[in-house]
Amino acid sequence: MFNAVFSQLILVLTLIKIFFNLKGEIMRKSLFMVLSSILLIVGGQAAFSGGHSVTLDDVKARGNLLCGVSTGAPGFATIDDSGKDVGFDVDYCRALAAAIFGDPMAVKFVGLTSAVRFTALAAGEVDILARNTTWTYSRDTDLKQTFLGVNYYDGQGFMVKKDLGVNSTLELDGATVCIQVGTTTELNLADYFKENGMSYEPVPTADNAESQQQYLAGACDTYTTDASALHGTRVNLENPDDHLVLPEIISKEPLGPLVRHGDDNWADIGRWVLNALIIAEEKGITQSNIDSWKDTKDAEIHRLLGTGDDDILAMVGLPKNAMYNAIKAGGNYGEIFENNLGATSGINIERGVNASWTKGGILYSPPFR
Amino acid sequence: MSKLAFVQKNKIPPSPAPISEVGVIGWLKQNLFSSWFNTLLTLLSIYFLFIILKDFIPWAWGGHWDTKSLRECLDLNPDVACFSVLTARWKQLLFGLYPAEEYWRPTVTFILLIFSIIPILFPKFFRFFWFSIIYPGLAIWLLWGGSIWSVGIVYIGFFLGVLLFILLLRNITKNMVIAGISSILFVILFFIFFSNYLVKILDIIIPISLPPVESLKMGGFTLSLIVGITGIVASFPIGILLALGRQSNLPIIKMICVGFIEFIRGVPLITLLFVASVLLNYFLPPGTNFDIVLRVIIMVTLFSAAYMAEVIRGGLAGLPLGQHEASASLGLTYWQSQRLVIMPQALKISIPGIVNTFIGLFKDTTLVSIISLRDPVGLASTIRADQTWNGIYWELYVAIGLMFFVVCFGMSQYSQYLERKLKTDK
Repeated sequence: MFNAVFSQLILVLTLIKIFFNLKGEIMRKSLFMVLSSILLIVGGQAAFSGGHSVTLDDVKARGNLLCGVSTGAPGFATIDDSGKDVGFDVDYCRALAAAIFGDPMAVKFVGLTSAVRFTALAAGEVDILARNTTWTYSRDTDLKQTFLGVNYYDGQGFMVKKDLGVNSTLELDGATVCIQVGTTTELNLADYFKENGMSYEPVPTADNAESQQQYLAGACDTYTTDASALHGTRVNLENPDDHLVLPEIISKEPLGPLVRHGDDNWADIGRWVLNALIIAEEKGITQSNIDSWKDTKDAEIHRLLGTGDDDILAMVGLPKNAMYNAIKAGGNYGEIFENNLGATSGINIERGVNASWTKGGILYSPPFR
Repeated sequence: MSKLAFVQKNKIPPSPAPISEVGVIGWLKQNLFSSWFNTLLTLLSIYFLFIILKDFIPWAWGGHWDTKSLRECLDLNPDVACFSVLTARWKQLLFGLYPAEEYWRPTVTFILLIFSIIPILFPKFFRFFWFSIIYPGLAIWLLWGGSIWSVGIVYIGFFLGVLLFILLLRNITKNMVIAGISSILFVILFFIFFSNYLVKILDIIIPISLPPVESLKMGGFTLSLIVGITGIVASFPIGILLALGRQSNLPIIKMICVGFIEFIRGVPLITLLFVASVLLNYFLPPGTNFDIVLRVIIMVTLFSAAYMAEVIRGGLAGLPLGQHEASASLGLTYWQSQRLVIMPQALKISIPGIVNTFIGLFKDTTLVSIISLRDPVGLASTIRADQTWNGIYWELYVAIGLMFFVVCFGMSQYSQYLERKLKTDK
């Protein structure tokens, strides 16, 4: 590594020296043109090489996927007692790794705090960011990210003690609210209360854990954050039944994986692995029954699992059975949800809007064709 | 009247001090109840201690140690601590995500650390100083693994450089500068052209290697110690040089040192850490994998070196000008007078400040959790994100606080020992 840096430095220094030793403006200009065209060629390769992803090549050459996850978000990403990465976002990355390599373990998880997540992605420290990140306009455009879809529809909710006697957020006029400073939830809270002509007194906290402590200590009547986190917290309170997560959701927080701008083929791969997991649930393909679909008449399932004649996954540079491996890794979307956020996980979040469109939710994947 | 005159011939033995002035009661009276104000303060302190301990002791003493989850703790008895999280996670808090079968490596590294600092801390073991020199390489190899030669080559390179320097000086030239520059050139050329091949050859002849462990896996208290101790050891000499540079008569050196110190002191550590973690990647050629832990260590070292320089400058300023003049009049060169006269005195004066900086640096290592490294504080939030332990708060922080207290208190105790030992005045 040292040698590589050093030799590049030498190269750059030599070029600069040549550049300034050249006689005449024209020579300098033409050399500048040559240099910049070399740069353009190198850079252009990334942009104009159709049907073939540079990131995918890098990942394959490296032998593993670098996936940015949260350093700790209940249900989404954490480390279990044995030191293994677990969570909803973690399982998505394992599916992606399985699609590329056939091995769900061929992925390295890089824990990222919210402060460094976007720069880490932009600087190439991770190939993909699956870090319960809300898809917003400015993140999509200004930060130059490509969101691959929504893997969880979250929203901001409120938790109150039952003996407060409140059953709706509209009854919270004049309440003290524990709120994490510097987050979008702070702005949502202000907007919502203003909109409904109510007043509140904020009790600022640094993170969810502090909010919880303040709330339990009685410093605030209610505390607010993403509903998924509220459910996870409530289950582990001393008496969960004394607390209530109010039914209203006051903001849209569509969470999803994202990649850098500039490699659309890589974005396609990530997007369609997510879609494949959603379609698998729709079609009833599970981790355990995935091998029993060979004789189905459904052509889409054959295309998805690579059991048919046409190999449409070659278009993105994946093996024919990539989606089979992805689903086999941690199950379909529903199974992943159940294991990390649903009843099996102990967090007990209901599917709600995150159910498939066939079951009354809004999860809807474009057809795999 | 005069007939009754009496002269005591022998000395009256001293009678024991009244019971109220000695022993426990005497100590109490002198230290805690010497005036009404002190009595008031004592009673207030006892009251506050009581308030804290009356809740804390039953909470900690009756704590659960062997439940499987926080839920289980709460169902058993919600009013006491749930230390089970420590039972389940103490290995992670100590070693981070280091592979379990390799835990012996950081352990051995830190045991050897004690042996390597003893020759520095206690002068009578100074003959083992060679171990202190070998230790950094050994520690890097043990912690990160890989071939022993990829670390050993650094030692070989510098050893050859020193050897060349001595040989040149003995046989060819008397000029220190020429000998120095040519041996430095030799070392640079060695590392650019020969080291890679030599490592490969040595690997074939004597293959000694450990399974490599990447920085991503480093965490817990091990990470704090790696960053803290490397920062402390490296920042001290840099700090001395910066302090001397700032006082130098050579304007360029002085300007560089002042600029560096003032720049670093004007920027918060967390900003430097962000630069190390995210900004640096934009400047490096794509594909270079500049180790994140190394980047952090460099930043922490530079940061603390700037502070160290100012502390030592304080010590230098505390010396009378006569000391400089006296050593100069003895015919000592600049470096001789620094080494023999100025530094020993200046450093002695600065001990409290130096240790202060060390302790501050060690505690600042917890800031790395903000740039996603898994130090104990970062791990605490990761552990809380596991639904099994979601909601645990005090238990983790009490344990982490204790770990830091032990190390920082140790440093402070050593500095007090050093001050007593070096006390030559009075």
